[in-house]
Amino acid sequence: MMRTLFLALSAVGLLALLIVPFVPALVYDIFVMKTLCFVLFACAFNLLLGHTGILSFGHAAFFGTGAYVTGHLVKVYGVPTDLGILAGGVVAALLGTIIGALAIRRSGIYLAMITLAMSQLVFFFFLQAPFTGAEDGLQRIPRGTFLGIIDLASDTALYYVVLCIIGAGLWVVWRTVNSPFGHVLRAIREHEPRAISLGYPVARYKIIVFTLSAGLSGIAGSLKAIIFQLAALSDVHWHTSGDVILMTLLGGMNTVFGPAVGAAIISTLSHYLDPFGAWVTVITGVVFMTCILVFRRGVLGQLQQRLKRRPSPTASTPIDTKPKPHH
Amino acid sequence: MIIFGIPIQALLGQLMLGIVNGAFYAVLSLGLAIIFGVLKIVNFAHGAFFMLGAFTAFLLAQHLDANYWVVLFLAPLLVALVGMVFEWLFLRRLYGLDPIYGLLLTFSLVLVLEGGFRVAFGSSGQPFATPEWLSGTIDLGFMILPTYRGFVIVAALLACFATWYVIERTSLGASLRAATERPELTQAFGINVPRLVTLTYGAGVGLAAFAGVLAAPIFHVNPSMGSSLVITIFAIVVIGGLGSIKGAIITGLGLGVVEGFTRVFYSEFSSTIVFLIMVLVLMLRPAGLFGREEG
Repeated sequence: MMRTLFLALSAVGLLALLIVPFVPALVYDIFVMKTLCFVLFACAFNLLLGHTGILSFGHAAFFGTGAYVTGHLVKVYGVPTDLGILAGGVVAALLGTIIGALAIRRSGIYLAMITLAMSQLVFFFFLQAPFTGAEDGLQRIPRGTFLGIIDLASDTALYYVVLCIIGAGLWVVWRTVNSPFGHVLRAIREHEPRAISLGYPVARYKIIVFTLSAGLSGIAGSLKAIIFQLAALSDVHWHTSGDVILMTLLGGMNTVFGPAVGAAIISTLSHYLDPFGAWVTVITGVVFMTCILVFRRGVLGQLQQRLKRRPSPTASTPIDTKPKPHH
Repeated sequence: MIIFGIPIQALLGQLMLGIVNGAFYAVLSLGLAIIFGVLKIVNFAHGAFFMLGAFTAFLLAQHLDANYWVVLFLAPLLVALVGMVFEWLFLRRLYGLDPIYGLLLTFSLVLVLEGGFRVAFGSSGQPFATPEWLSGTIDLGFMILPTYRGFVIVAALLACFATWYVIERTSLGASLRAATERPELTQAFGINVPRLVTLTYGAGVGLAAFAGVLAAPIFHVNPSMGSSLVITIFAIVVIGGLGSIKGAIITGLGLGVVEGFTRVFYSEFSSTIVFLIMVLVLMLRPAGLFGREEG
């Protein structure tokens, strides 16, 4: 029941995404691309929060690093766009390894504060470094061509390239969650001492998932830089770190694609509320508050719960009780 | 006189500025530490309450023409009241859950408060005049000290001392420490722990607001004055550990001074030195300088 509904919804969603460039009267494709970047960003972030139980309050550092690295390489060194995006992801992943290795020396709330402080360090780096254009950011980043054949100057071509890359990124997230590796991550989330006593090198697992999450976040940032032809300080600002947490919570952190729903909602909200200026922050805050107080499962989590509770003639196996794979 | 190629006047001036900043750090991390001790929540809104204190002072002085002393005590009280209402209405619902939710709820309060004040007052700063009798300078013989800065240091240290005294030397403080260690047992002894928790949050937030009032004449009063400060405070708290009151005060002051010296010798590192020290501490002594290993 759950599965068919999920498949049907995904099919409709995918079809809608495919026809976006043909209905410019209905949706603005740049807006959809921006939302897609946040979808990948939030799902990658949730590898840590939802699936490993680690709250990183500094994920903007990875998103922004991806944006700046890609922007700088493409603009100043004329690196092909595809390699630029790849480099953005790789550098962000390396940064993720470093920050992750430091942050996991503490846990819980301290870890959140450490990642926040580290991301502030990254923020000051991009503010002061000679090549980032300080408050102006990197502007007029050329879009270039993808794989040397697809001209990204056209929004439609860019749209399908972005869609493919985001799709691949989401597939990586889904594969990770549903792999033996993902099961160990959940074991760490549920009972870390037991995971340790079972012989899993927990610290190494945490660093690996940090790296993966940071790398995917970096790719999301790189794409954002190519789409808007801009890498700005707001990409590394702690507000962005807060936004991605909100998206994840709102969508449902105990699901794989809940954060995608959350990203779509928040992105739409800030798009249409943009004319109201500072009110956006207030409204975001109120949504955040409501979410934490009464709605901790998130949209998709709530939906799953609702469907599960309904008595069904054929008893379906809930995802949580799947037998663990043997090693 | 010249030390390491820097005139001693400049050195002492920066050292003084460092001590002033350190005094703010000390008061803020102290408030964060006592809230964490009892509520087990890291109060992300600490910077927002700092800002709220400065704005309350500004509004009281602007519209009611209130005397500086009145403002200095009334503004923190009002902000503490706001904090207690917030704790009583919302924060209370999250006890027993993962402390991360408390961090996130107070973060959402930051968005509401900061956004709200930006809507009402815009992003630019509002000037706040230094009171007449504090606006002069004192000649200390080796340097000229602006009177107000001296006053800030004394007032902040007094606030720290008073807090330490109440917690360590009074019966109210004894119940508070009991509630920190064993809330259920303390409750069984007939002490109203929920009320104590609300009071603690009020006190911590009031301290932040007190720092905000003190800061109002030095910084421009603006909606985002607390938000980057709170991140620095987090780093300080990671360095010092949230476990001890003395630790919070000493680390706060010490890092203010270190920051001041950095501004003299490597000015480009002055905004990041605290974070770099945090990295170093995490590598060498992950539990923090004064910390106990968390559970």
